[in-house]
Amino acid sequence: MKPNNLTIKKAKEGLRKKEFSAVELLDACLERIEKKNSELNAFLNVCKSEALEQAKHADKLISEGQTLPLLGIPVALKDLFSTKGIKTTAGSKVLENYIPPYDATVVKKLKDAGAVVIGKTNLDAWAHGSSGENSDFEPAKNPWNTKYVPGGSSSGSAIAVSANMCIASTGTDTGGSVRLPASFTNTVGLKPTYGRVSRYGIIAMASSLDSIGHFTKTVEDNALFLNVTAGHDEHDATTPPEKVDDYVKDLNKDIKGLKIGVPKEYFAKGLELKIKENIENALKFYEENGAEIVNISLPHTNYAIATYYIIQPAEVSSNLARYDGIRFGSARQNFGAEAKRRIMLGTFTLSVGYYDAYYKKAMKIRTLIIKDFEDAFKKADVIITPVSPSMPWKFGEKTEDPLSMYLSDVYSAPTNLAGIPGLAVPTGFIDGLPVGMQILGPQFRENLLFNVGNIYEIAHKWYERSPDEK
Amino acid sequence: MKSKTIIGLEVHVELKTKSKMFCNCSADYFGQKPNTHTCPVCLGLPGALPAPNEQAIEWCITIGLALNCDIPLFSKFDRKNYFYPDLPKGYQISQYDQPFCLNGFIEINGKKIRIRRVHMEEDTGKLIHEKVDGENISLIDFNRSGVPLVEIVTEPDFDNAKDVKEYLQKIQQIVRYLQVSDADMEKGQMRLEPNISLSPSPLSSPSGRGQGEGNWKLPPYKVEVKNINSFSFVEKAINFEIERQTEILSKGGVPVQETRGWVENTGKTVSQRVKEEANDYRYFPEPDIPPFRFTEDKIKKIKSRIPELPDTKLKRFIKQYLLSEYDANLLTKDVGIANYFEEAVIVGNGKLNSKQMANFFINRKIDIDKVLPAKLVEDILASLKTEEIDSDELKKVIQKVLKDNPSIEIDYKKGKTNALQFAIGQVMYILRKKIDTQKLKNLILEELR
Repeated sequence: MKPNNLTIKKAKEGLRKKEFSAVELLDACLERIEKKNSELNAFLNVCKSEALEQAKHADKLISEGQTLPLLGIPVALKDLFSTKGIKTTAGSKVLENYIPPYDATVVKKLKDAGAVVIGKTNLDAWAHGSSGENSDFEPAKNPWNTKYVPGGSSSGSAIAVSANMCIASTGTDTGGSVRLPASFTNTVGLKPTYGRVSRYGIIAMASSLDSIGHFTKTVEDNALFLNVTAGHDEHDATTPPEKVDDYVKDLNKDIKGLKIGVPKEYFAKGLELKIKENIENALKFYEENGAEIVNISLPHTNYAIATYYIIQPAEVSSNLARYDGIRFGSARQNFGAEAKRRIMLGTFTLSVGYYDAYYKKAMKIRTLIIKDFEDAFKKADVIITPVSPSMPWKFGEKTEDPLSMYLSDVYSAPTNLAGIPGLAVPTGFIDGLPVGMQILGPQFRENLLFNVGNIYEIAHKWYERSPDEK
Repeated sequence: MKSKTIIGLEVHVELKTKSKMFCNCSADYFGQKPNTHTCPVCLGLPGALPAPNEQAIEWCITIGLALNCDIPLFSKFDRKNYFYPDLPKGYQISQYDQPFCLNGFIEINGKKIRIRRVHMEEDTGKLIHEKVDGENISLIDFNRSGVPLVEIVTEPDFDNAKDVKEYLQKIQQIVRYLQVSDADMEKGQMRLEPNISLSPSPLSSPSGRGQGEGNWKLPPYKVEVKNINSFSFVEKAINFEIERQTEILSKGGVPVQETRGWVENTGKTVSQRVKEEANDYRYFPEPDIPPFRFTEDKIKKIKSRIPELPDTKLKRFIKQYLLSEYDANLLTKDVGIANYFEEAVIVGNGKLNSKQMANFFINRKIDIDKVLPAKLVEDILASLKTEEIDSDELKKVIQKVLKDNPSIEIDYKKGKTNALQFAIGQVMYILRKKIDTQKLKNLILEELR
């Protein structure tokens, strides 16, 4: 097997056993990028020379017997993550030539853990979108069928892992931007608890909703990755000093007696039948393995998208104010249509006379949604739902109707409003395209999500399929 | 037509914390090379986040407590959104509806001035307009960006410029006593914005408004004056405004609601910006900083660290050291001098009384940074030691001085007491000896009678 097709775990083994070097592993990924990127547009920028330096350094450390958690592992970064000396565009023409003078905390942590930063990945500009089509550059394509969208906004990162262009990648999830592309590309995607991973240095979309996640091929890899990125950061006041678990330690814990909540609102009208059946099969698997399925209700689900589309654009309108072209970047007229739409929406809902009717009311509903989940977790240990009500769609299908695009986040956005963690795990394929479930848990219980995801994954091994041999 | 002057004040005080409000850059920016005290946070670079400075927040609360404010146990930061080149994030982190301190007061000339709120925010960068290579350009220095700023807002409780000036001096004195700010006006560490209006007609029935407004109606306009960098200018600017507005009102007009700027060399205010509507800053809770929940204990702790404040110290000095209010005032103006004085009193105990000490202090300039209190006591004792002089000889000299300087007698009889000082000086000059001045004075008076 080519080393770029391996998981973090297997690649680390190979490196340790000297089956290949970090430079060879990097070369395999670069070769793959060379071959596929012009078609898939996963990467906006490949950092060949910097990555080579890092890989060489990793080889040196490996030869000295060092064992860092991601030593020599090629990792791609969503192009929202500030990288010192390397262009960071946010997928927008406004920042087309912006080079940050500093590394985001997560980037620093990944480098310290020995990771090799291979490049910056494509996204919906400013992370505004669910399909990748809002990129100000060429849109990224689904490796399982290039006529279809890969999901967004962390499109390129999902594709890079799915198409074996790197071993793992980072993303951001504000309303589903990690989980949706993960489920559209047969990868494992985590949206951690709000504040679990530092946001410092990552270009903000909506500050109270942004969660810093990542893509891997397996659940185990995903847990391993969080071991590196999680924790308090003095530069981010919203990261609590909450203890960081060892996220790999509970992976294989028995799930006998585990209560899995199934919210009726997530299986109602609007959900594609084949997805419903697929998720029900997954639930059946859990039942057969000793878990208990509990019917629950999250009564304010119907208001979630409306609430989300008040709070999120409000914060967006303020967060995008700094892009005035004075200190860096180009002028504001270079913002794309979706960014302009959100700036206008947010500016409107925060204005005098409208604040109470929109923003304030949305904040109240947000509190009710948080309470919905709190109540649900009194009855169930975790909640399992589809990631999205629809399968990947064809390019252009929803671009004329922003509202239908927004609705693809109907199952994922409530998680962000509540600040709880969600793990997207592949559950197979429908008509040749990937599909996934999301496992939701109480705040800071990522351990439990990895456990539940892993039990399913070792029995199904969807990650063994590659888009090349579909 | 009778009218009443209504003045409210906004005062900004820069705190002298080591680091800025939301990053680790040094807050000591004055006179530094432009853009050397900057980082991703205070430059508003993509992805940067604010990490609040705890010291600054405690100091803001300290100021609030010193101004008799309530300290709510819940507080938060908000974003004030507006575009300006000196504001790198496109919003200022400030406090909107739940500031750290509310409803305080301070006494000025026996009048209670209510403090509406004391809140915390960050300073902006500084625009510099210059001609470079023959071209007029604007430069931005971000060294000041993010320096902690405390805003103190009063109710419109002032009715004259003199009280305003005294209030400002008191605020400056208090923040210096608290050692949270140097409040140096010339360095921009204290900035003043009075708003002035005249109420033309008394209400027929007493209103339920605050005491400062009495039963005068709040006028339908407000004039804010900016750009004032000294206490005496604030007095002048207010008096200028009162005159200007009175004239407009007397002609049956209503002054325009606007922001005016004080122009130092003309001694006038000029219109800067007409405010037709209040700015819409689209305030909303700052999502990057979790709200604050304080405990009663925490507030008590902050309160317990507040040193004796000027008013209390003044009263104590009068009582404890048997000083006149005037003397006590001079000695407590500056907390450094007050502390030094008290130390010197302890050192001089038994040899000098506090009144003697105070006289010496007030009549001579003492460099408290150079002379130790013990040395000072020695100096005072030495100065009090006088030489006995034969009284006949002394009398002769006095008579000679008065004869040679007939103006002394003339001036003295006109009531010019300075004449006596002159005579004393002349006598001492001739004798070249230190004499008990009181005794000498009495002898001269005898001769003059």
